[in-house]
Amino acid sequence: MKNLVSWFKRLFMVPGLFALLLVASGCSGITVLDPKGPVARTQQELIIFSITLMSVIVIVVFVLFFYMIIRFRERPNWTDKDYDPHQHGNTTLEIIWTVIPFIIVAALSVPTVTSLYALESPPEETNDQEPLVIHADTSNWKWYFSYPEQDIETVNYLHIPENRPIEFKLASADSMTALWIPALGGQKYNMAGMQNTLYLQADEEGEFAGRNANYNGSGFAEHTFTVTSESEEEFNQWVSDVQNNAPEMTKDRFDQYLEPGLAQEAEYSSTHLEYVDFGMNSGRSYITDLYGGNLGEQLHLEGGEGGPWEEE
Amino acid sequence: MWDFIWNDFLVTGEPIIYGAMASIVLATVGIVFVLTYFKLWKWLWDEYLTTVDHKKIGIMYIIAALAMLFRGGVDALMMRTQLALPNMNFLNSVHYNEIFTTHGTVMILFMAMPFIIGLMNVAVPLQIGARDVAFPFLNAFSFWTFFFGAMLFNISFVIGGSPSAGWTSYVPMAGPELSPEINQNYYLLALQLSGIGTLATGINFLVTILRMRAPGMTLMKMPIFTWSALITSIIIIFAFPILTIALALMTLDRIFGTHFFTLAGEGMPMMWANLFWLWGHPEVYIVILPAFGVFSEVISTFARKQLFGYKAMVYAMCVIAGLSFVVWVHHFFTMGAGAGVNSLFSITTMLIAVPTGIKIFNWLGTMYKGRIRFNVPMLWALAFIPNFTIGGVTGVMLGMASADYQYHNTYFLIAHFHYVLIAGTLFGMFAGLTYWYPKMFGHKMNEKIGKISFWFTVIGFNITFLPQFFLGLMGMPRRTYTIEPEWMPLNLLSTAGAFILATGFVIFTFNIYYSARYEPREKTGDAWDGRSLEWATTTPVPHYNFATIPYVNSHEAYWDMKETGATTYDESKLEPIHMPSYKGLPIIMSAIMFMASFGLVWHWFWLAIPGLLGVIICMVIRSFDFDEGYHVPIDEIKRTEEQARGRKE
Repeated sequence: MKNLVSWFKRLFMVPGLFALLLVASGCSGITVLDPKGPVARTQQELIIFSITLMSVIVIVVFVLFFYMIIRFRERPNWTDKDYDPHQHGNTTLEIIWTVIPFIIVAALSVPTVTSLYALESPPEETNDQEPLVIHADTSNWKWYFSYPEQDIETVNYLHIPENRPIEFKLASADSMTALWIPALGGQKYNMAGMQNTLYLQADEEGEFAGRNANYNGSGFAEHTFTVTSESEEEFNQWVSDVQNNAPEMTKDRFDQYLEPGLAQEAEYSSTHLEYVDFGMNSGRSYITDLYGGNLGEQLHLEGGEGGPWEEE
Repeated sequence: MWDFIWNDFLVTGEPIIYGAMASIVLATVGIVFVLTYFKLWKWLWDEYLTTVDHKKIGIMYIIAALAMLFRGGVDALMMRTQLALPNMNFLNSVHYNEIFTTHGTVMILFMAMPFIIGLMNVAVPLQIGARDVAFPFLNAFSFWTFFFGAMLFNISFVIGGSPSAGWTSYVPMAGPELSPEINQNYYLLALQLSGIGTLATGINFLVTILRMRAPGMTLMKMPIFTWSALITSIIIIFAFPILTIALALMTLDRIFGTHFFTLAGEGMPMMWANLFWLWGHPEVYIVILPAFGVFSEVISTFARKQLFGYKAMVYAMCVIAGLSFVVWVHHFFTMGAGAGVNSLFSITTMLIAVPTGIKIFNWLGTMYKGRIRFNVPMLWALAFIPNFTIGGVTGVMLGMASADYQYHNTYFLIAHFHYVLIAGTLFGMFAGLTYWYPKMFGHKMNEKIGKISFWFTVIGFNITFLPQFFLGLMGMPRRTYTIEPEWMPLNLLSTAGAFILATGFVIFTFNIYYSARYEPREKTGDAWDGRSLEWATTTPVPHYNFATIPYVNSHEAYWDMKETGATTYDESKLEPIHMPSYKGLPIIMSAIMFMASFGLVWHWFWLAIPGLLGVIICMVIRSFDFDEGYHVPIDEIKRTEEQARGRKE
C-alpha cells in the first residue's frame, strides 16, 4: 500500500511542484495549504496530489473541447470533407474513457483511505508521547476548553504545547458546531449527547485562528477562538498560573455561561465536567432543562453585538 | 389584536422589508388593475388557471421559476454586498441568516425544480408523440401545489419572519427548543406542500413515458431528454417520500411536541441529517440529469450529428441515478463516522465521476466531425462543458473524506456546488428554454441580445465563484455574515462578479420582452432543423399536439421523417381526438391547502382543521366527477392543421 502511494506521489511530483509553486506564489496566506502541524500536512499533501491529478483531467477536457469547437465549427469556406453525420460512436474510445476514470478513482482512493485511517489516531511522528486531552464543548456562541488532567478550563481561547498531539473531545450543549483550526488540520462536529475525537498537533510556536465552522445562528461569525502554541515549559507555566490565580468554575457561573450570548476570554481553576458532560447521553438535554422555553428568546443576537458576558 | 399584528404577525423594524412590503402591495394592485382594466380575468381563468394542457402548465412553471430566480438572485446580491468588505453594515446577522436560508431553499426547490419540470412538461409529451401527460388533472394539481408552496415560503419574510436555520435546517438548531419562533414552520409546510406536487409529477411522467409513447418507440429509441426525464421521475419517486416523512416528523416535533429529533426526550438530531441528505443528494441529480438531457439534445442538433454513444449516455444516467442514493454521508464526513464508513462513502462518491466523465467525453465526441452552429442554445451548452468540468473535479476532491475535513462548510464547497448547479442546471435550463422557445411561443429569442446576456453571465459567473475556491482554502467558512480583513480582496472580486452575473440575468429577461415584440414569427415548426418529434408538429402547437401520430424507427424520429418525407398530418388517417376538459378544482384545492398550511404555521387550528376538511371535500368532489373530456372533431383538426401548415386559409 505504502509503495503504491509513494509511486503515485513520484509520478505526479513534477506537475505537483508546478501547481504548488503556482498556488504558493500567487496566493501566500492560503492557510490550508500552509500547514503548521502533521495533521494539516497530511491533508495538504492529499489536496495537492488531487489538485495535480484533477488539473490533468481539466487540461485534457479543455484541449479536446477547444479542438472540437474550433476544428468543426461552421465557417465561410466550409467543405463537407470532415463532416460525417452518421458517425455515432466508437466502442474502443468509449471503453478507454470508462477505464481511465476508474484508474483515477482508484489512484485517489488509496491515499484517501490510508489517510482516513491515519487520522483516527495521534500523528505517527510523536506517538511516543501521551496526547494531551482537551474537552472542547460549545454552547451558543462560546467555546469551553477543559483540561481534565490539569483541572483548568478556558473560555474562547486555547493554549497548547508544541510538538505534542492534542486529543480533542468534542461535544456541544445545544446546536451542532464544528471545531476547526485550519492551520493545524480539518474539522469535526461537536454534537449534543455524543463525543467525537479529533487529533491535532502544532509543530511550531505561534498563534492560530480557530473557529466554529458549522452554522449555529446569530452569533456564528463571532464563534471563534485563538490557539496559542508554545514550548512545553511556557505551557506548564501558564497552567500553573491558571491553577493558582484563576477563580473556580462554579455550577452557577457555568449555568450562566450556557445562556446564549457572546463572552470574553476567561480562565478557571476547575472544569465544568464536574457538573455535566455534554458528550454523554445524560448531558444532552441539560441546557433545555435549565432554560426550557426561555432559551429561544435569547437567540437573536442583534448583529452580533455583545451578549450578557460582554461586560465581565 | 393590533398589537399581535404589529409585533408578531408582520415583520417590522427593517427598512428593506418595509420596502419589500410596499413593492408587494404596489405590484399586486398593479396586476389586479391591469387584469381588470383590460378585462383579462375571464381569459386568465379560462386559458391558464384552469388549464390541464401540459404546454401551458410548462409555461406557467417556467414563468414561476424565472420569478423565483429573480428573488433568489436578489438575495444573492444582498449577501454578496454584505460580504464585499469587512465590517459592512448592510445586513445584520439575523437578516443575513434569513437571506442565505431562503436563497438556498428558493434556488433549489422553487427555481431549479420547477424550471426542470416546466421544460419536461413542454418537451416530453411532444418528444414521445403523446397528446398530453397520463394524468392531466394531476399535472395541473402538481403545478398549483408547487405554486402555493412557493407563495407560502415567500410570504414568510413579511409575515412572521423567514426561516433562518439554513436550507438544510439541521436540528437541534431548527428544532422547537432552539427555534421556537414560527419562521421554521414556513420551511416545513412550504416544502411539504410543493413536495406533494413534485412527487405527483414524478409519478405522472413515469406513467406518461412508459405508457404513452408513439408506436414503434421502444425505450432505446426515446430521445435522450425523455430518457433523462424518465430517470429523474424514478429518482423523484424514490427520494421525495423520504423528504415528506422527514418534514412531517419535524412538523410533529415543532407543532405537536413530539420528540423525533429534539435534544430532550431521547430525540435523534442526527437522524434528520441522514434523512435530509438521503433525499437531498438524489435531489442534486434530479436537477442535473434533465440538464444533461437538454445538453445532449442541443449539442447533437447544433453539431448536426447524431448523439455520440447514445446507449452509453443512457447507461451512464442510470448508473448516476443508482449511485446518487448511496453517497449521502459525504455531506457529513465530519460527523464522526469511523474511517470505514467514510472510506466507503468516499469511494462511492468518487465513482460518480466515472459515468459523468463518460458523458462529458461523449458530448465532445458528438461534436467530432460535426458542423457546429453557434446559436444561443448551443452557446449555453458549450459553456457548460468546461465550467462543469471544474465543478466536477472539485466534487471529486470534496469526496476525498480526509481532505474534506478541510473543505467542509467552507467557501470551497460553496464554489464547487455553484459550479455544478449554475454551469449544470441553470445553463441547462437556459439552453433548454432558448431551444424550445420557438415551440412554446412561436418565435425565437433574439440571438444578439441572447449572446450579450450569455457572455455577461458566463464571465460574471467565473469571476464570482473562482475566487471562492481560494477563500475556502484560506479558512473562510460558509454562512458567515462578516469577513476577516485578509479575505477582503477576493471577496470584493467575487461581489463584483455577482453583479456582472446579475446583469446577464437581467438582459436575459429583457430578451423575453424584446423577442415577444420584435422577433419574426416562426411558422415552420422546425426552428433549428431538429431531430426529435417535437419539431414535427406545427408552431403554435395545436392543443392536441399531433393530428396523426407517426411510427417511430430510431431515436431521431423526425430526422428520419424528414428523410422519407413523412408528416404528422396524414389526412387519410384522421380520427376524432380525445382530450381532457379544463378544471378549476386543482387551483381551488391547492388554495385551500395553502390556507390549511398557513394555519398550521401559526398553530391556528381553527383554520388548519377546516382547511384539511376542505381538501378532503375536494377529493370527494373529484371522485364523483364523471366528466370524461371531449373529442376534437375531424373538421376542426383539418381546419387547424391546414391553417397552421399554410395550405388553405
